[in-house]
Amino acid sequence: MPRWPSTWRELPPGGVIDKPGTSMWVETGTWRSHRPVIHLDKCIKCLMCWVSCPDNSIVRLDNDYVDVEYRYCKGCGICANVCPTKAIDMVEEGGM
Amino acid sequence: MAKTIRRLNEIPREEYFVSGHGLCAGCGIPPMVRIALKAVEGPKVVVNATGCLEVATTLYPHTAWTIPWIHNAFENAAATASGIEAAVKALVRKRGWKSYKVLVFGGDGGTFDIGLQSLSGALERGHRFIYVCYDNEAYMNTGIQRSGATPLGAATTTSPAGKVIPGKPENKKSLMDIVIAHRIPYAATINPAYPIDMWNKFAKASDYLDRGIGPIFFHYYSPCPVGWRMDSALSIEVARLAVQTRLWPLYEVDHGKLTINVKVPKPKPIEDYIRIQGRFRHLLKPENEHLLNNLKKFIEVNWERLQKLSELNYIF
Repeated sequence: MPRWPSTWRELPPGGVIDKPGTSMWVETGTWRSHRPVIHLDKCIKCLMCWVSCPDNSIVRLDNDYVDVEYRYCKGCGICANVCPTKAIDMVEEGGM
Repeated sequence: MAKTIRRLNEIPREEYFVSGHGLCAGCGIPPMVRIALKAVEGPKVVVNATGCLEVATTLYPHTAWTIPWIHNAFENAAATASGIEAAVKALVRKRGWKSYKVLVFGGDGGTFDIGLQSLSGALERGHRFIYVCYDNEAYMNTGIQRSGATPLGAATTTSPAGKVIPGKPENKKSLMDIVIAHRIPYAATINPAYPIDMWNKFAKASDYLDRGIGPIFFHYYSPCPVGWRMDSALSIEVARLAVQTRLWPLYEVDHGKLTINVKVPKPKPIEDYIRIQGRFRHLLKPENEHLLNNLKKFIEVNWERLQKLSELNYIF
């Protein structure tokens, strides 16, 4: 894990962020109240969920099937809504 | 040469806009940003006007961007982009740098209202960049205040629907017409429910920049579950309904030729679109029927106008 600057002296001049993509350290999955569960038997590899996900939480596998990255999924339900074959269910967290 | 696609699996896997940003669940902005950064080929710089995208993706010390990114105020995103573009052009000529593409993302507040003069100036000077306006139809970042992009009858915190006014009493500004009036080479509307169409438009824009043609403008329909008071799962569905009710026609103006990209032979009733959004719910009450009729009339007239324009060989 990265170490945060402990004093302002360690900050880069101008307050710039000198490392790319550091938001990957923030696990926004804690926001979620419902989790998407994918039934791969119904998946037709259309990738609509992958394209529409606001959080890049739908992972496109090598064979074009999809999986969910629960560390970042905010549980918005877009993937379940756009799925043409209803292969994604939204399940309440903690109720599994 | 950027490639056009016919299926979603032709889109590359690599992401330039990563997870962990603070945009709301169900936000409509990231799908467009991801496609834009992948479809526009080569090294690029992103200029971001103040707005949801800027505030939520760069919560210090984090950033969701993996490419060079600069933030600036509402009113000067296009001016900053002009400067970067001019500087890159000079460095290419004098020091043999590789060329950079400049992409600008601005919200509707930063484009329709506050940044309009700098955008107009940059379009007039003909700087070679891509400007994307993500239009969520109000100042969502500061708490859903009305903007020039808020449609007629929409309830916002500064135009609440009640006894005095039935939502915003004024019409939405037609930004595409203002932009087209600058006679720029390429302008188009895009929508998250039609990702292939969106990709192909960005690929075309990337190609034009490679050939030194610009500026390019995109008007993006960005669903906002918080501001539109709807379920976050409905973002893409509402975007699709906007196209299918003819409210958001998908068209492009390419060197003066207007083409409607998604034909809607049988439009769905506008009530389908209105019913799922809390900001429009009062329009279905009997006393607000005149507003609904105004909206229907507007859609009909606008579609007919675009149809007529698309029959012409060129509109400028």
